[in-house]
Amino acid sequence: MYETIHYEVRDHIAWLTLNRPDKLNAFTEQMNKEITQALKQTANDANIRCLVITGAGRAFCSGEDLGGVTEEMNHGEVLRTRYAPMLKALYHLEKPVIAAVNGVAAGAGMSLALACDFRLVSEKASFVEAFIHVGLIPDAGNLYYLPRLIGHAKALELAVLGEKISAQKAAELGLATSVVSEAAWEEEVQRFAERLAAMPTKAIGLIKRLLRESWHCTFEDYLEKEAYGQRIAGLTQDHREGIRAFFEKRKAVFQGK
Amino acid sequence: MTKFAYIRTRVEDEIAVVELYRPDVLNALNRQMVTEIVSALEAYDRNDGVRVIVLTGSGRAFAAGADIDEMAGDDPIKLELLNQFAEWDRLALIKKPMIAAVNGFALGGGFELALSCDLIVAAETAEFGFPEVNIGVMPGAGGTQRLTKLIGKTKALEWLWTGERMSAKEAHALGIVNRVVAPELLLEETMRLARKLAAKPPLSLRLIKEAVNKAVDYPLYEGMQFERKNFYLLFATEDQKEGMAAFIEKREPRFQGR
Repeated sequence: MYETIHYEVRDHIAWLTLNRPDKLNAFTEQMNKEITQALKQTANDANIRCLVITGAGRAFCSGEDLGGVTEEMNHGEVLRTRYAPMLKALYHLEKPVIAAVNGVAAGAGMSLALACDFRLVSEKASFVEAFIHVGLIPDAGNLYYLPRLIGHAKALELAVLGEKISAQKAAELGLATSVVSEAAWEEEVQRFAERLAAMPTKAIGLIKRLLRESWHCTFEDYLEKEAYGQRIAGLTQDHREGIRAFFEKRKAVFQGK
Repeated sequence: MTKFAYIRTRVEDEIAVVELYRPDVLNALNRQMVTEIVSALEAYDRNDGVRVIVLTGSGRAFAAGADIDEMAGDDPIKLELLNQFAEWDRLALIKKPMIAAVNGFALGGGFELALSCDLIVAAETAEFGFPEVNIGVMPGAGGTQRLTKLIGKTKALEWLWTGERMSAKEAHALGIVNRVVAPELLLEETMRLARKLAAKPPLSLRLIKEAVNKAVDYPLYEGMQFERKNFYLLFATEDQKEGMAAFIEKREPRFQGR
């Protein structure tokens, strides 16, 4: 069982809650490992059709626990051994992933939110590229995802200036899928997760795969991968159901198969 | 065909599919299994109803290496007398095109088996490697030779020394793998390639394979002489007459393999 996170599956939705509220859900080695394990569990469970990552208490995640940072620490090794496996598991997870950013997402905590597919941002949440203030560079995939999400110029501004980004500002930048009022928070997150969990899961996974590949291959290679993708989607039961529903003039009921 | 314990075989559209079948141990290769693979391949090599052979693994792996339990207690004299790698030499004598369809791990002997095929199609999730160094030995079924001839000494040493696993993408960049495809479509895409080859004149494929393999080992001059003889030889085939006639008559050729 997990100690630093809470992990629960309900109605095809996996809820991964970072659970060190007294430390603003800061990452420790154990937490990195438990998240990685939970991500693999999510990938291997065919029953799960959506993952929500959120934080317990008032923060989403405040990044690496600075209490563990010593002079002897080899930051490169920390990234290689603790963060890279977690980030790769998330990168390869072919199911929709929502970051429900309930409060501050700072440093590597912001990186985690960036690595998700959707960011529902509470009106009281904020993002902080905190790294520069301690003389470090944004890590945990941060500078990989950021320019892809908001463009090079804005990514550089955020990373270098390290200013606090309000929920509203995040929406303007295109970082937030939507900003949610505190009163409606839980209901909105639940509703959005249910919506994704009712969609054709394989097609969403393939969309993620192709978007990912599009950054790394030539147009010709992309077209070939697209043909693979559509062939795979064309073999799913959800595609058949979609076509049937279209001709029967009713709403499709997708099974994620 | 005789009953096999560790492989499953079938033929469709003149393409033989040999599936390694020990899924509970990630298709680890024991001696019996290698013997079965070789005898199946030799039988298909002589079967007129087969033009291309596909080798693949069932379950999550292609083949995750040799069966370590089987050889942990071996000594040099026993190995010399057993002469188990002689089976592997016979793999190199198969004349028909062999394609490895690599689904998951192709490690150690599994990697050597894939390298013994002429072409490799890999799933994006496939991983290749020689982990022998981690258990105090080294590849023994051609790994150091075949990998070096493929990717050169410098790169081969690094992979063989570190024992690290290379992704399908890396293997593709190194020229080890012909195609990297979506894992869901591995067999379908491999069969598409196999059918493409099955439509070609079999004797051309056969003599091209022979000549290309000579190019790996022969000096250029001797290789050129060898190539020439094979080129002349193909003019003795019906397929050459059919191929050239079809070309002149602007129609599709029908190759018979004679």
